[in-house]
Amino acid sequence: MSEETSILPIYIPPKARSLLEPHRLFLAAVFLMIVLCAAWLLRWDWLPKYGPRLVYGVWQTLVMLFWTSVIGFLLALPIGLVQVTGPRPLAWLAKGFCTIIRGTPLLLQLWLLYYGLGSLFAQYPEIRSSFLWPYLRQAWPYGFTALMLSFAAYEGEVMRGAFAGVPRGELEAARAFGMSRWTVFRRIWLPRAIHRALPTLAGETVLQLKSTPLVATITVVDVYAVISKVRQDTFLTYEPLLLLALIYLCLTGALVGGFHLLERRIPTRGA
Amino acid sequence: MPFNLDILALSPPGWGGVLLGGLLASLELAAGGYLLGLVIGVGGAFGKLYGGPILRDLLEIYTTLTRAVPELVLILLLYYAGTDAVNQLFLLIGLPAVDISGLAAGIFVIGVVQGAYSTEVLRGAIKAVPSGQIEAACAYGMSPFQALRRVTLPAMLPYAIPGLSNLWMIATKDTALLAVVGFSELTLVTRQAAGSTKAYMTFYLAAGVLYLLVTLFSNIIIGFIERHARRGMPRTV
Repeated sequence: MSEETSILPIYIPPKARSLLEPHRLFLAAVFLMIVLCAAWLLRWDWLPKYGPRLVYGVWQTLVMLFWTSVIGFLLALPIGLVQVTGPRPLAWLAKGFCTIIRGTPLLLQLWLLYYGLGSLFAQYPEIRSSFLWPYLRQAWPYGFTALMLSFAAYEGEVMRGAFAGVPRGELEAARAFGMSRWTVFRRIWLPRAIHRALPTLAGETVLQLKSTPLVATITVVDVYAVISKVRQDTFLTYEPLLLLALIYLCLTGALVGGFHLLERRIPTRGA
Repeated sequence: MPFNLDILALSPPGWGGVLLGGLLASLELAAGGYLLGLVIGVGGAFGKLYGGPILRDLLEIYTTLTRAVPELVLILLLYYAGTDAVNQLFLLIGLPAVDISGLAAGIFVIGVVQGAYSTEVLRGAIKAVPSGQIEAACAYGMSPFQALRRVTLPAMLPYAIPGLSNLWMIATKDTALLAVVGFSELTLVTRQAAGSTKAYMTFYLAAGVLYLLVTLFSNIIIGFIERHARRGMPRTV
């Protein structure tokens, strides 16, 4: 078995390429042509009229994304933790929650909460007369809850792995220093786990962004709902949807870039 | 209280049969879209690994765009654009416009979305196969296609299965999005049943149980497949 016999280079890893190679310039020109054609041939005269509403919709989407992710993440911490170290019944409960949420479509959960729970609430006079009713009559609390629970379940699974993956020795060393269990958790276990989960957090947040348009199906106004309104008013099929795709593309790009910056700020040793 | 299980009976006064029909439609969609996605994925992965520079860049654009835009938006775009394009094509070659079945359009849409993800999964899996094995196949005089069928595909399977099973779960759940374009799969059927009987909770919970059963059953099958594909490999935990 000599090393020199391998003649056929089966897989050549791509070299680091620059944007200015001839074929890339050609592709860029083709895409520029397509974009110009789209701008020239399709109808965009509705854009000024709906511009402010679109900006409002994007803002609503971002607000929804931010708060559901933050609260979902805070819920995910105990969900992940009890599966690693908690008492059996709690661990089973957390596992069941993750399985159920991850095993059914988000759209169905959304409709279950909005139509199912909403109609159930309406049957009880006690709820109708309570101070919560003005909120429960609106759609966004249901959309918010569904998105939050979904993020908590997916991220809870990630956090379970992250908590379990922190080396035992570090926790034992902390205990040996005389830290209490809570101090160990606060100073060592939690920061290390979050550090390990950070790369997947970016992916989960992008997935969450891509789930937000579903809340438009229960009459919450986000950027998708604004575009649907445009489509109803103008009878255009493609133009609003193409713009919507472009908006989400930019949002995803900004999100990925932001997480990249965040990850670079956090020091890592080695790789 | 509203949990009256008679409305879930299989025969017409109950809606159980309708729900099961919707489940069947969902499964057809998921299976068809998944298989189409696998075909696109195998082609895409090989194109990305061995293709020329232009093909690579085009595939990169395809996978990046598809994974960055919400599935709901893609489904709306492709559903209308796909049926429109076929009709334009038929018009061009002088055939009358046809009514494209929702199932075909839905499978196409799910397949295109899944294709982007499976391209990435399979590309990673092929790269994990020790290149000496593929080189050995070529040294034996196998044609590239034979090497693909006999060596590369079976050897990469253990690496690809976790990702591919994940994609299957996503495919079954993505079918629910076709409810938005009016395709009668489980979620839309559930909504109709709930709307006409006003028993919202009962029907949504029943549909949830059906989806959950599909997931749990798939998990069992995937476990079998994984054990079969990993036979003879060192156990990793």
